[in-house]
Amino acid sequence: MSGEALAFWVLAVITLGSGVVVVTSHNIVHSAVALVPAFLGVTGLYVLLNAEFVAVIQVLIYAGAITVLILFVIMLTEGGTGLRVPQRNEQGAVGAAVALAMAALLSTVALRATWGIGTRTLVYTPGDIGQSFLGPNLLVFEGTSIVLLVSLIGAIIIARKED
Amino acid sequence: MVTLTHYLVLSAILFALGLFAVVTRRNGVAILMGIELMLNAANVNLVAFNKFTAPQALQGQIFALIVITLAACEAAVGLALVLAAYRSLETIYVDQINLMKW
Amino acid sequence: MTQIAWIIPLLPLAAFVLVIFWGERLPGRGAFVSIAGIVLAALAGLAVLGDVLGGAHADPTYTWAVVGRRLLTVGFVVDPLSAVMLAMVGVVASLITIYSVGYMAGDARYTRFFAYFSLFQFSMLFLVLADNFLFMYMAFELVGLCSYLLIGFWFERPKAARAALKAFITTRVGDFSMMIGLLLLYLHVGSLRFTDIFRAIELGGFGGPMLTTAALLVLGGAIGKSAQIPLHVWLPDAMEGPTPVSALIHAATMVAAGVYLVARTYPLFFLSQSHEALTVVAYIGGITALFAATLGLVEDDIKRVLAYSTMSQLGYMMLGLGVLGYSAGMFHLITHAFFKALLFLAAGSVITAVATNDMKQMGGLARIMPVTFWTFLAGTLALTGIPPFAGFFSKDAILLAAWTQDKLLWALGACGVFLTSLYMGRVIWYAFAGQYRGAGAAQPGGPGTGAPAAHAARSGHDAPALHESPAIMTTPLVILAVFAVFLGWLGSETIGNPFARFVHFPGVEAPPQNLWLLLVSILIAVAGWVAAGAVYLWRIVPSDSLRRSFGPVYTLLLHKYYIDDLYAWVFLRLGAVVVWLAGAFDQYVVDGLVNLTGWLSRQLGLGLRYLQTGREETYLLLVFLGVVIIVLVRLAW
Repeated sequence: MSGEALAFWVLAVITLGSGVVVVTSHNIVHSAVALVPAFLGVTGLYVLLNAEFVAVIQVLIYAGAITVLILFVIMLTEGGTGLRVPQRNEQGAVGAAVALAMAALLSTVALRATWGIGTRTLVYTPGDIGQSFLGPNLLVFEGTSIVLLVSLIGAIIIARKED
Repeated sequence: MVTLTHYLVLSAILFALGLFAVVTRRNGVAILMGIELMLNAANVNLVAFNKFTAPQALQGQIFALIVITLAACEAAVGLALVLAAYRSLETIYVDQINLMKW
Repeated sequence: MTQIAWIIPLLPLAAFVLVIFWGERLPGRGAFVSIAGIVLAALAGLAVLGDVLGGAHADPTYTWAVVGRRLLTVGFVVDPLSAVMLAMVGVVASLITIYSVGYMAGDARYTRFFAYFSLFQFSMLFLVLADNFLFMYMAFELVGLCSYLLIGFWFERPKAARAALKAFITTRVGDFSMMIGLLLLYLHVGSLRFTDIFRAIELGGFGGPMLTTAALLVLGGAIGKSAQIPLHVWLPDAMEGPTPVSALIHAATMVAAGVYLVARTYPLFFLSQSHEALTVVAYIGGITALFAATLGLVEDDIKRVLAYSTMSQLGYMMLGLGVLGYSAGMFHLITHAFFKALLFLAAGSVITAVATNDMKQMGGLARIMPVTFWTFLAGTLALTGIPPFAGFFSKDAILLAAWTQDKLLWALGACGVFLTSLYMGRVIWYAFAGQYRGAGAAQPGGPGTGAPAAHAARSGHDAPALHESPAIMTTPLVILAVFAVFLGWLGSETIGNPFARFVHFPGVEAPPQNLWLLLVSILIAVAGWVAAGAVYLWRIVPSDSLRRSFGPVYTLLLHKYYIDDLYAWVFLRLGAVVVWLAGAFDQYVVDGLVNLTGWLSRQLGLGLRYLQTGREETYLLLVFLGVVIIVLVRLAW
């Protein structure tokens, strides 16, 4: 097995294993903490896919900001009390079946289709991405910043205490 | 040799896990966690396709970056909502939030 | 006259229509119109008889409807058979209708009685003239209806209402059998006309077991109408009706319709394989003749004795027809009509005077009501077959034919003769001889003074002097008695048996005379009289001791062989089972289906409500479930 393959499988196990913990744990704090290795696994996958910049951003934002935010909210609400409450609602069985079917379907599509595999290798630097953002993808960039602003304001207003 | 299909299957499974969490969990925050997993799966898909089928462009990575940004926004707003709901409705378990139901 | 003989039934029909609507305002409160209707019909009938005696004949057919390629034809037939019936029905009915003016006087529904009477007369005359099964069946139903209306005339009495229903339903069973028979014939022959059917049988197109079956089914109708075993149970109960009704319908005419049917459709029976259908007819008649005679022995109600007597005599007629004594059977029908009507009317006269039907409470009436007595005696002598009265000639012709065909049948008939004399002698001694045993004073009275006195007697108070009935009632008695005495000579061999030469079936010859047989019959009849006298008049063997020694037999007879009970048990049980089945079907199947739809809807609702829980996690699940399903479907196809 080549090094790349070994890396892939390890990262896959880490990602999916912690994913399972996230979705099935009875303790919500455990779920939140298990998010971290999941995101880090995805980061590793990005590196394998020659997307280093994306990998870094992933660590910064996902494993950093979002996980912490989630933990904050858990502590501020009743999830953090650690009381034994049922975490799964009554459609667990059907939901599992649907999820399984979904995975099966997507996998089948992935395995059956013939993808036009390109020949060039991908080499991009962060500079290229920056150039792209200020060049062909400028509109998306600006739009995203507006969305960020709006959601910032919105989150503050929504979460504000009513005095 | 790791091919495109490996990544696709991986992302499919990750997506299914996220879907299971969204559909099945009672805690609002847990649902949001499921959503994050789904978004990650989509991102992996995008970047994988970029590398294997369209290496001459970097749309995939750009797309993935945007998705990450928006995921952050959405997580912020969503968690703010959960907090607000907790303050007024005293609960974060979505099956108990049924004020508007007949 | 023969060509327009179809007018004859229409005369009493017109009388019916007039009386039922405007009866109260008509002369005699409708009675006179009714009498006019039947008397005119009787005169016309006699005219027809005269024509046919001279050789006239008519069988016109009219096309009634065209159904596809088939023609439905109807018509009427005038031949010797129908001519004698027309004359007999006309004369007897006229006399009885005149008698009814006296008998029904003072009744609350006097007018309606005559209306119904006219309707019946129309039905009977219509029956006699029918030349096809359709008309015959219609007429059967019509006479059945009139019988029902008239038996239940005093419907306030529950016994009468029940008896009417019993009569109608029992004869209906027979009529149903006849309908199946005539459908069978129509299927095989394609026509309901008698002549068409007979021709088809003679040409060989229709025979064997199918013919016998059809004949027996048609016989079923005759059995019902003529009160033969096993459909005899209605006739004794039918005596609940007024006595003129019993006289006309249940003695002279309607019950004779069954015998007439067999005579009219004789080829069906005659041409069946080795006469097997005829054998059935003969045995049913013979058994009924004896059976009914045994039952007549233990009845105390004078009308019921006469009813059993009628049943027995009808048995003789059937027997006669069955042993190839076509002319003998028909002759007996004619003579029986006269003397049985006479007996009933005389009994009615007695009942009017003493206000009861129970013979045990009568007695000594010979001195009080002489006209009634002598006419009753004439009728009785005719009935029991004492020469030279009418019944002797007709009954002996039957017994002669029976002797030549089947000795067993002769034996049945001969026993019947003995018993007939026995029970009729009993009636005579009980009702007319000895001392009066009833509630009214026993004083000889003068001639009848009219209706009011008869009324008082009927009301049951201390009766004033018992007396003879009014002339309007006794005159018909006398006229009928004349017939009873002299009519028999028409069938006598000594003057060449004109009746048999007139009414006969081609191919059936009368057997040669047998004087020894004649003597034996006379001896048996006389023996019966003597026995009756021994028990009831001279009290040599008191009836009490007889009753004790034949105890079980007596009980059996008293309960009419338990046949009524058997029918009630079987049909009531069957009825109950059918009712239960129907009820269960309605409750579980029909209601069950309805309830099932309700239950299904509910279950569907219970299942479908999960689509609209109001919870977003469910909706989300449904969205993804939908995606999965769509893709699966797409992949599968």
